[in-house]
Amino acid sequence: MKYAYYPGCSLECSSVAYEMSVQAVAEALDLTLAELDDWNCCGATEYFSQDELTACAVIARNLSLVEPDVDQLVASCAACFLNLKKTDHLMGEHPELGAKVNEALAAGGLSYQAGTVNVRHLLDVIYTDVGEGPIREKIVRPLTNLRVAPYYGCQVVRPYTDFDDPEYPVKLDELFRWLGADVVEYPVKTHCCGGHMTQISEPQAFELIRRLLQSAVDREADMILCMCPMCQLNLDAYQRAVNGYFKTEFNMPIVFFTQMVGIALGIASDRLGFGKEIVSAEPVILEKLGPKALEPVA
Amino acid sequence: MAERVGVYVCHCGSNIAGSVDVEAVAQWVGENVENVVVARDYKFMCSSLGQQMIEDDIRNEKLTRVVVAACSPTLHEKTFRRVCENAGLNAYFFQMANIREQVSWVATDTASATRKAKALVAAAAKRVQRHESLVPMKVPVNPATLVIGGGIAGIQATLELADAGYPVYLVEREPSIGGHMAQFDKTFPTLDCSACILTPKMSEVGQHENVTLITYAELEEVTGSVGGFKAKIRKKARHVDETKCTGCGICSEKCPTKVLDTGFEVGLGQRKAIYTPFPQAVPRIPVIDTDSCIHFVKGKCGLCQKVCPTGAIDFDQQDEFVELEVGNIILATGWELFDCKKIPQYGYGRLENVYTNMEFERMCNAAGPTGGKIVLRDGKTEPESVAIVHCVGSRDDNHHSYCSNVCCMASLKFGHLVLEKTNAEVYSFYIDLRTSKKDYEEFYQRLLREGMHFVRGKVAEITEAGRVPFENGKLIVQAEDTLLGRQRRVPVDMVVLMGAMQPQPDAGDMGRKCNFACGATGWFTERHPKLDPVATMTDGVFVAGVCQGPKDIPASVAQGAAAAARVQGSIAKGIVTIEPITASVNPDRCSACRVCISLCPYGAIEFNDEEHVSQVNPALCKGCGTCVAGCPSGAISGAHFTDDQIFSEIEGLLKSGALSADAPAAQGEPEPEQESVSL
Repeated sequence: MKYAYYPGCSLECSSVAYEMSVQAVAEALDLTLAELDDWNCCGATEYFSQDELTACAVIARNLSLVEPDVDQLVASCAACFLNLKKTDHLMGEHPELGAKVNEALAAGGLSYQAGTVNVRHLLDVIYTDVGEGPIREKIVRPLTNLRVAPYYGCQVVRPYTDFDDPEYPVKLDELFRWLGADVVEYPVKTHCCGGHMTQISEPQAFELIRRLLQSAVDREADMILCMCPMCQLNLDAYQRAVNGYFKTEFNMPIVFFTQMVGIALGIASDRLGFGKEIVSAEPVILEKLGPKALEPVA
Repeated sequence: MAERVGVYVCHCGSNIAGSVDVEAVAQWVGENVENVVVARDYKFMCSSLGQQMIEDDIRNEKLTRVVVAACSPTLHEKTFRRVCENAGLNAYFFQMANIREQVSWVATDTASATRKAKALVAAAAKRVQRHESLVPMKVPVNPATLVIGGGIAGIQATLELADAGYPVYLVEREPSIGGHMAQFDKTFPTLDCSACILTPKMSEVGQHENVTLITYAELEEVTGSVGGFKAKIRKKARHVDETKCTGCGICSEKCPTKVLDTGFEVGLGQRKAIYTPFPQAVPRIPVIDTDSCIHFVKGKCGLCQKVCPTGAIDFDQQDEFVELEVGNIILATGWELFDCKKIPQYGYGRLENVYTNMEFERMCNAAGPTGGKIVLRDGKTEPESVAIVHCVGSRDDNHHSYCSNVCCMASLKFGHLVLEKTNAEVYSFYIDLRTSKKDYEEFYQRLLREGMHFVRGKVAEITEAGRVPFENGKLIVQAEDTLLGRQRRVPVDMVVLMGAMQPQPDAGDMGRKCNFACGATGWFTERHPKLDPVATMTDGVFVAGVCQGPKDIPASVAQGAAAAARVQGSIAKGIVTIEPITASVNPDRCSACRVCISLCPYGAIEFNDEEHVSQVNPALCKGCGTCVAGCPSGAISGAHFTDDQIFSEIEGLLKSGALSADAPAAQGEPEPEQESVSL
């Protein structure tokens, strides 16, 4: 299965563990992710809040770079996924906007026709295109006894709901049940992590982060699984600050879902980016999955 | 001899005259369409003065054909056909041109509306000259009636007809009649016990000399037409011989297999593998659930057979088919509950103390699984607080756009029962409270006095994730209180979701079997939403109760009685008139290919082996024209829709000149304004 792939900026720096594990898992699942040549930033949440036309033009440039023989573009970052999807959608809904965007693209000798590229999140591709059977066949290290809290956040399932329920999604839950994990019912699975609120008003952001951590602790989860660099950063990097602010003692590992898929597929932890997280996931993985759980399975 | 055509153009007040130059239409037709000898316009053609004018013209001007250009023929075609008959003209020498629904109501400018009206009237005036004299068929009405569905609406219809002295077949899918009303505890707003008012009617049905009750059975097929329907009923195998069973209940008592009762007790209670759904079931004849019975699953046991004192257990019983002949059919097939799991953020099926309204009905019922005690899923803890969530699946564009009509009142009833039976606080989360019928508003006022709390806001989510210590261990109902203008989080022990009423999953099939349609929301479509609410587009088929749209018990009873009254009218008259608009085969041209037989959706065409030709049974033919179009030899023609008539109509439309000659140059579509980019 061949896909165009858009990694996004976060995956090259703060979330390099995500990118490493995406690549390792894609290889193990026979997914060909062909990185777009000369892709540019999706503008994150900032561009859209400043100027829609500019934001769309910047994002549509990436859509226009997809090779004509490929019709699927995969993103693993939640914000990139949403921005690419939204731009394709807006250009289709508002032809006059599409025309203006194409005017801008023409300056660089590019063009994009709305609807020609199907933008998909990596979870959707793994869940739907690879599917339960082939994934189960490839499990060499079932995640038995590992209690995981599946955290979806906002942008992957809202507002575009092609592949899961927007209010109470379950596909990440199901994927980890296939992998043998003990998936906890995580009632705040779509609640906001605070996004960039940490930069604006820490008390508000810390409260949102605290709720997510507390809910995972209440359900005795060993770790929270993320599929968004922003969510992972907020929950992991601000955990100590949250503890200081609320006098709590959270010590919850926050990992990208692909990292744990990789463990189940027997990939070595150093190829999956483990060790880059601030609250180390290694002790709990070793405790629950055995002393060799971070080593490759031959 | 040339026909003498009278054309009458109606103003319909300003409905037509507001955007069509009716005088110009009449004048133009009088001058430009040959054989039109009278052309008039009039304020209200359907008024008695208008009708009289046409009658007088037929007599005085010796008219042989009449055209009325007015509203849709579904409204007044019958009126003007009667006018023709009154003046001694065959009713089918009349044609109606619809210049209201098809012209004035959809037109934007007078010039083009007038042009189109002229064309339609010219087409009708040309067509009517080719009309043939037709005589409607009269068929006798079989006095027996088939009622499908034994809920309260069907029961009411059955008893009305049976008490009037006519035979009724009542067919019910479940093992007992009673429907949803049998599951309820109390009924709003009077709080009388549902079973107490229902079961006398049920037993009356069971014992009535004029009622043949066929339960655990489904309608397979309907043929024939009004006055003489044939219905094929499949009686599912009960594995209990109805003629031998006395309803003593020993079989159920001794049966060793207990299973979850997902039917009558909606998953809250258990039943045996051989069971009657509830103690007051009518008939009291049990059925064997072959999915759980040990005999059917493993080939062993057979205890019920051993203990039955009358030898009524019959493991070999097969489904049986019964053919019924009836004059009319009443559909009262009811509704099913919305699947509350489709709104996962409300947690039904995931959070154990979230209940549906039907579960709560059973819980409140003294004969139900908790003996009427309001307790949490653990079976013993009384809740300290209960939230009732309105509009779950109703008034929701993601699910059903309609209002389910009964839930506001049922919520108030639930609130009252919780306050009466427990010490709990009750919170109602509503969008709008709709208490518009007799004594309903008073019941709402009563609940306000009794201390039920009302929060106006659609619930966003129900979660067990507490944020502050007093929320821990509770279900937190989060909603935007639109009166306070702020978010509310109310921690409660129990939540009741007021699930929507939705059409039965096979409502569409049922409609097709009886040859009428369901509306966009899936409920059966009545003939007219205001003026003919229990008839359907198929003569002799009526609807009653919730299958036509959400309604409460009084409204369902009223509809059941109304449908029965309509049927009684037809039985009392004894004959029905059937439109003579049917197909007929010219035997000289029929090549005996029999294509028409396979095409006919009504089974109205048979092959005559002696004559070696196809023949149409006019009593079954609905005049749809499928065979006419399909016949490769052109041997079939449809009365009132002959090729000649249709070509004349087209000729009138095209050659009248109305659409081109004196018409001003067609205006181009105005350029749409450039929409500004708004995101």
